[in-house]
This record gives sequence, structure tokens and C-alpha cells, in this order.
Amino acid sequence: MWKWLHPYAKPERAYQLCTTLTPWFWGTAVVCLVIGTVWGLAFAPQDYQQGDSFRIIYIHVPSAMLSMSTYVAMAIAALVGIIWQWRTAYMTMIAMAPIGATMTFIALVTGAAWGKPMWGAWWVWDARLTSELILLFLYFGVIALYSAFEDKQQAGKAAGVMALVGVVNIPIIHYSVEWWNTLHQGATITKLDKPSIAPEMLWPLLINLLGFALFIAAVTTMRLRNEIIRREIHRPWVQSLAEQKEKEHAI
Amino acid sequence: MQFDSLDAFLAMGGYGFYVWLSFGITAIMMVLITFQTRMEHRTLLVQISTEKQRKARIQKARKRQHDTQTP
Amino acid sequence: MRDLTLAFRQKSELMQPLMFLIMVVTLFPLGIGPGPETLQRVGPGIIWIAAILSSLLGMERLFRDDFVDGSLEQIQLSGQPLYQVACVKVLCHWLVSFVPLLLLSPLLALFLNLTFNMYLVLMMTLALGTPLLSLVGAIAVGLTVGLQRGGLLLALLLIPVFIPLLIFATSAVESAALALPYRAQIAIIGAMLLMAIAVAPAAIAYALKVSQN
Repeated sequence: MWKWLHPYAKPERAYQLCTTLTPWFWGTAVVCLVIGTVWGLAFAPQDYQQGDSFRIIYIHVPSAMLSMSTYVAMAIAALVGIIWQWRTAYMTMIAMAPIGATMTFIALVTGAAWGKPMWGAWWVWDARLTSELILLFLYFGVIALYSAFEDKQQAGKAAGVMALVGVVNIPIIHYSVEWWNTLHQGATITKLDKPSIAPEMLWPLLINLLGFALFIAAVTTMRLRNEIIRREIHRPWVQSLAEQKEKEHAI
Repeated sequence: MQFDSLDAFLAMGGYGFYVWLSFGITAIMMVLITFQTRMEHRTLLVQISTEKQRKARIQKARKRQHDTQTP
Repeated sequence: MRDLTLAFRQKSELMQPLMFLIMVVTLFPLGIGPGPETLQRVGPGIIWIAAILSSLLGMERLFRDDFVDGSLEQIQLSGQPLYQVACVKVLCHWLVSFVPLLLLSPLLALFLNLTFNMYLVLMMTLALGTPLLSLVGAIAVGLTVGLQRGGLLLALLLIPVFIPLLIFATSAVESAALALPYRAQIAIIGAMLLMAIAVAPAAIAYALKVSQN
């Protein structure tokens, strides 16, 4: 059943796939992001409680959601790598790590910038903010472990194990922090009244969510290409590829 | 359109600083990571070509050495 | 068994993490202020944080010596299943570095002005939680054992993973202090421990295999 997938485990094929996919991801990502952001910023109605500050939602929610799903995707890639011994899976995993960390960072910053006018403080030890911060640490751990190894083959496996350990922990962390938070401070902060969101507010959010996802996909494919080239730098097909690129630039 | 003028749009009902701060940082981060990825790609290609030139040079030198030794 | 005798032979190394633990615990009252109520409130947290930090210090040695002198490779080649070896190693590590801590904890509890009830629960969380520290820590140690400077990296990898344990343990003690039921927290720590026992040995074995390459 999975036979059709296996050829893409070969770095060369994966590279070609990335090359064809990247422009598509970029195009759709830019379109979605522009539509979603402009719609969200300029056309979506004001929130009756939070005024215009709620417009941060259009980047905060997508980045926060996708930072989590990127980590899960990393762990899946690691699992695939461990089970089927695909080198490309590890490469994909490590290609995703920096972009996931970036998303986490964006979610944290926008969360702080949203928290300041709403809660009166840049940072509160809110359950979601805290678990997002821990997620950032987990990303850093994976990246640091990967870069600590000289042998990238080994590095990929090690970082993969760490990613899996982290993904087991994510739900535990999330619930523990949530519980800890309610235990310590009472649920004053998290009880922002959440009226079911109006459709004219929801649509730009969904579009931006899609846009962020495509952006992540685009950057991941680009980084994966880099990773493949770096590992296969002495293979003939990479050499000929570089030659081709050189010619294009010369003309 | 929710806003009457450009000024109102920029002010964001008094929350302008926070809204534009977060959108600005997001945009900067996204551009940065894209740029970094592109630069990496370029560096790799340059690395390949310099290595290749070096190899060619070594080969040439070896050939010359060979030529001078065997006449 | 060989590990235990070895560990006890190096008395100073055995004592160092313990000394570190006591000193960290001493630092907190000096930094926060000696008010008995304050100390009682933050006490369990301090003991747990100190335990995690001191375990990070000693953790590195879990596989390091065997890795350096090649006995790990020999064990692997000898055909013994690696996860059994990992289990024994982790057990030894726990006995060597955490059981003294458990024995020491009455002293620390006195230092920090804990009530008897709190102390009882603290002991329970420590008894259940420290094997978890050893198990999960051993995975990361297995991964970093081949690296030259793995110590700091180890801390970077492990601290986020230990956070839930810290939260549950301290909240259990806190509930005990307020005379609230604390069974739930203890049960969750126990569940995490059981899961770790089930999964961690295989993960440690794989990590060691990766490190041996």
C-alpha cells in the first residue's frame, strides 16, 4: 500500500519533489496570507469586548496551533525514520525544527502583545503561554542536540529520539500546566468570555491558518532541499545540479 | 471596510502599538527565516563550486607534475 | 552489582551531588528570607528543584565511564539484551544517587519548616518521582554520551521534560499542606512512572545504540 511512497525516501527524488512543490506552496501561502491578513485587519468587524486589539488573533492563533502541529509532524517524521530507516525522514524532521521554533516564538510574542492591553501585563503565567514557552525549550533542545553531533546521520537519530520523548510529554505538560495554573491563581485570566466567533471573523482566521500552514510547508521544503544537498554534497547528482544552477546564473 | 480613514486604520482603536508590534514582528520573523534558508542554499552552492574548482586545480597540478616528470 | 561497588568506592563522587543538594537548599532561605511561613510555602518546590538539579549533575556519569573504557560496547557485543543492561544501570543509578536523598530529606524538611503531613507526602512524591527522573534522564544521557561536552546539553534537554513532574509533586505537597486530598497527584506521578518503566528501557537501549553507531 505504501509502495508509492518509498521512492521518495531516496534523497534525489525527494529533492525533485521539493523543487516542484516549493513554488506552489509559496504561491498559495502568499495569496492566503495576504487575503487573510487584509481581511482580518481591515474588513473583519470589531470585537465588542476587546475592540481592535483582537485582530492579533489572526496571527496568534495560527502560529500557536501550528507550532504544536509542527512538533507533532517532527515526531512523526522521526518515527518514520526510526521504523523504516529513512534518512530523508530525519532530514525532514530537522528541516522543520527551526521553522517550528520560529512559529513558537511568534506565538509567544503576539501572545505577550495581546496580553498587555487585555490583562495589563506582558507576561502572565497563563497555562497556554507557559506550555508554549516549554514547547520553545523543547525545540531548542532538539536543535541543540542535532547540532552537537559531528556525524549528521547519528545526529538525526538522536534528535529523533528526543523529539519523540518531547511529543509524549506535550500533552502531559499541557494538562499539568493548566492544572497548576488553576490551582495557583484561580481561573480569572483564562475566563475571557468566548462568544462563539462570528463567521465574518472566522473566515479570515481560517484563511490565515491555511496560509501559515502553507508557509511552513514552503520553508520546510526549502530547508529540506538544503539539508539534502548538505548531506549528499559529494554525490554526482548534486554536483551536476550545482553546475546547472551556475549556468543559469551566468546567463 | 471597518475603518473610515488611514489614520483610524493605523490607530486600531487605540491598540495600534500592540497590533502593529505583533504583526511587524511576525512579518520580520517570517522574512528572516526565509532569507536565512535562501542564504544557506546559496552558500551550499558556492561551496560546491569552490570545491569543484579546487579539485580541478589539484588535478591540473598533478597532471603538470606528471608531465614534467616523465618527458 | 559491579556498578554499586564501584560507586561506593568513589565516596567523594557519591557525596558531591548530596552536598550540592544541601547547599542549594541552604541558598534559598538566604535568598528569599527566613520567614517560617514563606519557607513552608516554597519548601517542597525548593527540595524538588534541588533534587532535579543535583540529579542533572550526577546523571552524566550514568553511562560515561562505561562508554569511555569500552565496556558498554563489550556488553552490547556479548549478546545480552541492551535494555536489560539499561534497566540494571538505571536501578543502580537510582540507588546510588536518590536513596541517599530520600534518607536526607528529613533534615531538609526540618530546614524548611515543613509539617509532618507535608513531609509524608513529599516522601511519597520523591519515592515515586525520582525513579522517573533516573529513567527519563537515562534516555538523554544515552543520547549525549558520545559527545564531548554533553553536560550542559543534558540540562537543556531534560529540564523541560521534568517540568510536569515538578508541578504534580509540588502541588501534591501543597494540597497536603492545605489538608486537601492529594491522591490524584500521587496517582498521576505513579502512572507516569509506570509508563516510563514500560517505554524507557527500550528507548535507552536505542539511544545507546545510536551513540555507539
